[in-house]
Amino acid sequence: MSEPRITRVAGAIAEAEPLGDAALYELVEVGKKRLLGEVIRIDGDVATIQVFEETSGVGLEEPVRRTGSSLTTRLGPGLLGAILDGIGRPLEGLADRSGNFIAPGATLPTLDPEARWSFVPSIESGATLSSGDVLGTVEERPGLIHRVMVPPGMAGRVADIQQGTFTVSDTIATLDDGSPLRLSHPWPIRERRPMGRRLPGDRPFITGQRVFDLLFPVVEGGSVAVPGGFGTGKTVIEQSLAKYAKADVMVYIGCGERGNEMAEVLHDFGRLTDPVTGRSIMDRTILIVNTSNMPVAARDASVYLGMTIAEYYRDMGYHVAILADSLSRWAEALREIAARLQEMPGEEGYPTYLANRMSRLYERAGRVESEGSAPRTGAVTFITAVSPPGGDFAEPVTQASLRVVGALWALDARLAHQRQFPAVDWDSSYSLYVDGSADWFASEGGADWAKLRTETIRLLQRDRELREIAGLVGVDALEDDDRLVLEGARIAREFLIGQNAFHPHDAFSTVAKTYHLARLLWAFMQTGSEALSSGVGFEKLDLAAVRVAFGAVKTAPPDALDERIAETEQTIADMGAT
Amino acid sequence: MKRLDAPVARTYAGAASAAGPLLYVRSTRRAKLGEWVRIECAGQEERRGQLIDVGNEITVIQVFEDTLGLRPTDATITLTGETATTVVGKDLLGRALSGTGAPLDGLPPSIGEARLPIWGAPINPVRRQHPSDFIETGVTAIDGMNTLVRGQKLPIFSGPGLPGVELAADIVENARPARGEPFAVVFAAIGITERETQSFVSRFRESEVMERTVLFLNQASDPTIERLLTPRVALTTAEHLAFHHGIHVLVVMADITHYAEALREVAAAREEIPGRRGYPGYMYTDLATLFERAGVLKDSPGSVTQVPVVTIPDDDITHPIPDLTGYITEGQIVLSRELHQRGVYPPIDVLPSLSRLMNAGIGKDHTVAEHREWADQLYAVYARGREAKLMAAIVGSEGLAPGDQRALEFVEAFEKELIHQGGARRSLHDTIRTGWSLLDTLPRDELTRISDDTWAARAAAPKKQGSS
Ligand SMILES: Nc1ncnc2c1ncn2[C@@H]1O[C@H](COP(=O)(O)OP(=O)(O)O)[C@@H](O)[C@H]1O
Ligand SMILES: [Mg+2]
Repeated sequence: MSEPRITRVAGAIAEAEPLGDAALYELVEVGKKRLLGEVIRIDGDVATIQVFEETSGVGLEEPVRRTGSSLTTRLGPGLLGAILDGIGRPLEGLADRSGNFIAPGATLPTLDPEARWSFVPSIESGATLSSGDVLGTVEERPGLIHRVMVPPGMAGRVADIQQGTFTVSDTIATLDDGSPLRLSHPWPIRERRPMGRRLPGDRPFITGQRVFDLLFPVVEGGSVAVPGGFGTGKTVIEQSLAKYAKADVMVYIGCGERGNEMAEVLHDFGRLTDPVTGRSIMDRTILIVNTSNMPVAARDASVYLGMTIAEYYRDMGYHVAILADSLSRWAEALREIAARLQEMPGEEGYPTYLANRMSRLYERAGRVESEGSAPRTGAVTFITAVSPPGGDFAEPVTQASLRVVGALWALDARLAHQRQFPAVDWDSSYSLYVDGSADWFASEGGADWAKLRTETIRLLQRDRELREIAGLVGVDALEDDDRLVLEGARIAREFLIGQNAFHPHDAFSTVAKTYHLARLLWAFMQTGSEALSSGVGFEKLDLAAVRVAFGAVKTAPPDALDERIAETEQTIADMGAT
Repeated sequence: MKRLDAPVARTYAGAASAAGPLLYVRSTRRAKLGEWVRIECAGQEERRGQLIDVGNEITVIQVFEDTLGLRPTDATITLTGETATTVVGKDLLGRALSGTGAPLDGLPPSIGEARLPIWGAPINPVRRQHPSDFIETGVTAIDGMNTLVRGQKLPIFSGPGLPGVELAADIVENARPARGEPFAVVFAAIGITERETQSFVSRFRESEVMERTVLFLNQASDPTIERLLTPRVALTTAEHLAFHHGIHVLVVMADITHYAEALREVAAAREEIPGRRGYPGYMYTDLATLFERAGVLKDSPGSVTQVPVVTIPDDDITHPIPDLTGYITEGQIVLSRELHQRGVYPPIDVLPSLSRLMNAGIGKDHTVAEHREWADQLYAVYARGREAKLMAAIVGSEGLAPGDQRALEFVEAFEKELIHQGGARRSLHDTIRTGWSLLDTLPRDELTRISDDTWAARAAAPKKQGSS
C-alpha cells in the first residue's frame, strides 16, 4: 500500500490518506518536520489528525508516519521537578534544541534517559506479583519515596530482581515468562489508571486560605471549580495553593494562559520551601505548561497528561493535588478542533460531548485504595479555574463543572475591584465536603469549629440583608445591634476571609490561625452585644482599637501570633469599658 | 525530496470562486499552509494573499487587499513557496511605513538586516525572565496604582470619544528609561482614523523620539484584512530590535477592536460557526499570538512591552473583544466616560483597572518600600467611598456612617488631585507624596493597610514622606 500523504491542512487539523487502517487516537508524525499528531477521525481511507505543533509551513503531499501507539507518557522517577509542555516534552530540552523560541518538530523523552536511580527491592526472587504491587523503592527527591509498581495489567512470578543503580529503561526485574520490569512504564494519557475501591473523603485538603478552610472546605480527593471573570484572582488562588497547601505532590497545569505567569511560577517556586518539610517546593511539583500562544491541540493533551501523572503518584499512596489554570482554555481547544472538523455544534459552539468529557475528567479525581500490595490509599484532588466569558456563569464550561464538582469557589468581579481578596462570593459559593471534613476540623482545629463556621456565614448573610436596608434608609436608621453586625462583617471580610497573597505572613494561614481569627470574631460579636444590652451605646465601643488588633493578628509573624491573639482578646474584652 | 524544500513559485490561472476576502483555488500542488500568494488581475494592482486552508481539492486564499472588482476566473495566482515575512533592522527607526511595511515617507525601502517570518514562534516559557523592571510613565494612576513593567502587555480600555490613543502617546513620551538604556517605539496603527493617528504621530514628529520610532500605518481607509498583518509586522520588527539589538521596545497597537473585526470578517466569509456575538471561537487563541509576544528573555538585554488600545464597543466591558483581551493581557487600564465628562485627565477608573505584574515591579528595590501598602490603602478607601457614593445617592450623605462619609469626601479629592493631572507628567515621587497627603486627612485607625513599619519610617523622616 502506498505511503500516507497529507491531503489537507487547516489550523491544527490535517488530513492524510491512505490512512484508513490507523487506530483512533494513534499517534502519527505529520509532514517533513515530523510534527506529532493524533488521529481523531477515520472516514474510509482518510484520517483526520489533530496536530500538537504549529502547522504553518506544512504542505500537501508531505508524508505521514504511523507510530502504532497512542499518546503515551513514561511514568517513573524524575517527574518531580519537571517542567513539561502539553505533550510531555521537557521545556528545558526544547530550549537547548531551539533556543528562546519554540520550533516545532522535536521529539524528546519526558524522563531523562541518562539519570540513574538507586533502586532498593522490597520483594525477593520467587515472589508472585500482580498488577500494581510495589516491588521496591527509589528515593526520587529527598524525603519522597518513589514506589516502583508492577505496571497495570502485568503479573507473574519474579525470576530475578536486582538492587543497584539504574536508568529508567534498565531492567530491574524479570518475570518467569521473561518479561522485564523497569523503573518506568508507558501509559496512554487519555486512559484513566486502574484502581481499587473508591473511598469517601474524610480529611480536608488544607488550603491555607481561611475562606476555603473555614467556609468552603475541600477534602482530599475532592474536586472544585473556581470560576471568575478576568482579574478576579483565579490564578493567584491556584498559585497560592501550589505554594502553600498541604499535599505530597502538586501537579500545576498552566493551560492556555500567560507566559509571564509561568515565568513567575518558575521564579517563585524555585525560591520557596515547603512549610512542613523545609524543602524546595519544586521537589514536590510537576509543572505542565502550554501557554495561550502554544498549539491548541497540545492544550487538550496537557490536562490529560497532568491527570495521568497525578494518578501515578496517587497509586503510590500519595495525596496529589492538581491545580489547573484554566479548564476553559482546554474546553476552547476542543471547540476549536470540533469547529475545524465541522462537527455539529452544541451550546455556544462547544461540541455536544463537552459535558461528557468534562465529567469523565473530573471523575478521575478521588480518594482510592490502590491496586496491588502493600495496601495503600491515595487521593487526587482536582482544583480547576474556569474562565467564563464576560464573567457570566451561565455558560457551558461553568455549568458542566457544577454538575460534577463537590465545591464551588465563585469569584466575583465586584469584590475584586474593591480589592477584597480572595474575591470569593460567599453567597453563591458552596461545598459539599463540610460534613466529610467536620470530624477532622473538630479534633485538629477546635471543638467548636462547625459552630464558628455557621456563625460566620450567618453574620455575612445578615450583613448583606442589612446593607440592603441601610441602602434604603441610611445607617443612621439602624438599631445598634444591627450596626454591630455591619461592623462584625467588616472585620470578617477584611481580617478573617480577606487574605493578602503577597504578604509574607498572610499568604498562608495555619488551621490554628484560621480557628483563632474565627473565634475572636465570635468573641467580638458576643462581647459587643453584651455591652449593647447592658446599655453601652454603639458609638461608645472602641472599634478602632479592635480593628487594629485584628489587623495585627492577620499579619503576625508565626512567633508573635499567640501574643497578638492574647492582645486582641484583651482589646475585645475592654472595648465596651469606657 | 530536494525540490520540495526550496521555495518554488507555482502559478495558476484562475480561481474557482470568490467570497468576500477569500479566493478558492482547485488542485494546488504541494501548497503549504500559510504560504504567501500574489494575485494578478489585468488592469488592477497586484494583490497579496495567504493560504489559510490547503487541500487537494480546494485551497483557500485570504486576500489582504480589497477584492472589489476582482474577477476570480481572470486572476493569475502565484504561490510563492514562502510564508509572509518582513524586513527588520535598525534602519527602520525613524521611518513611516504602511501596514505591511512599504515606505510611506517617500524614502526608498529599507535594506534592513534580515527578513523574518511575521508569525513569531512562541517564547519558550523557561527562557522568559519574570518581568520586574519598573517603567515610570508619569501617569499617577499607572505608576502609583497599576504599575507597568518591562515585558508586560497592559492595554488601555478606551471607548468611542475617549482619549485612549492620547494616553498611549503620553506613556510613550514619558516612559523613556532613566539609565540611558537604548529604547525604541513601534507604533502600529490598525484601522484608526487619520485624526487619531495624528494625535499620536504629531506629538513626536518634532522630537527626538521620532528617530527612535517605527510607524506602521494601516488607517481606516486602508484594506481591512491587512489589519491582520499590521500588528504582526510591527511585533516582528519590535522583537528584532529588542532581542537582537538589546533595545527596550514599547509597542503601541491601536486599535485592537479593528483587528478583531477583520478577524470576524474572514470567519464570516468562511461561514464558520460563530462564537460569542459573532466573533470566531478561536479569537482568544488568535489574540494571544499577538499579546504573548511581549516579554523579557533571560539571556537578552532588551524587552518588548505592549500598550494596546482597545475601544470597548457600547461601553460594555463584557464584549468579547475587551473580555478576551483582559483574559490574556497582564491587566488593563480602564477609561471612564464619567470621569472624562467631568474633565478628569487621564480619565482612569482605578477600580476595574489592574496591573498583574505590579508586585514584582514595586517595593524597596524598585520604587518605594511602602508602595504596595500605599496603593492598597488608597484602593480600600476609594472603593469604600465609591460604594458610599451609590448609597448616598439614595439616602443622602447624612444617612451614612461617619467612616463612609469621610470616604465619600475622599473620592472627590482622589479624583481631582490624584487621578487628574491634566497633560502634565508626574514623577513617582510626586505621585507617592500626593497620595500620602490624601491619606493623611483620614484618621489613622482607618488606615489598616499601612503597617507599623511604614508608620515608623514616616515618623522618622517626616520631611521626606513617601520617599525612600
Ligand atoms: N489573594 C490576593 N491578595 C492580593 N492580591 C490579589 C489576590 N488575589 C488576586 N489579587 C490581585 O488580583 C490580580 C488578578 O489576579 P489573577 O489571579 O491573576 O486573576 P485571574 O486569574 O482570575 O484573571 C492579581 O494580579 C493581584 O493583583
Ligand atoms: Mg488567570
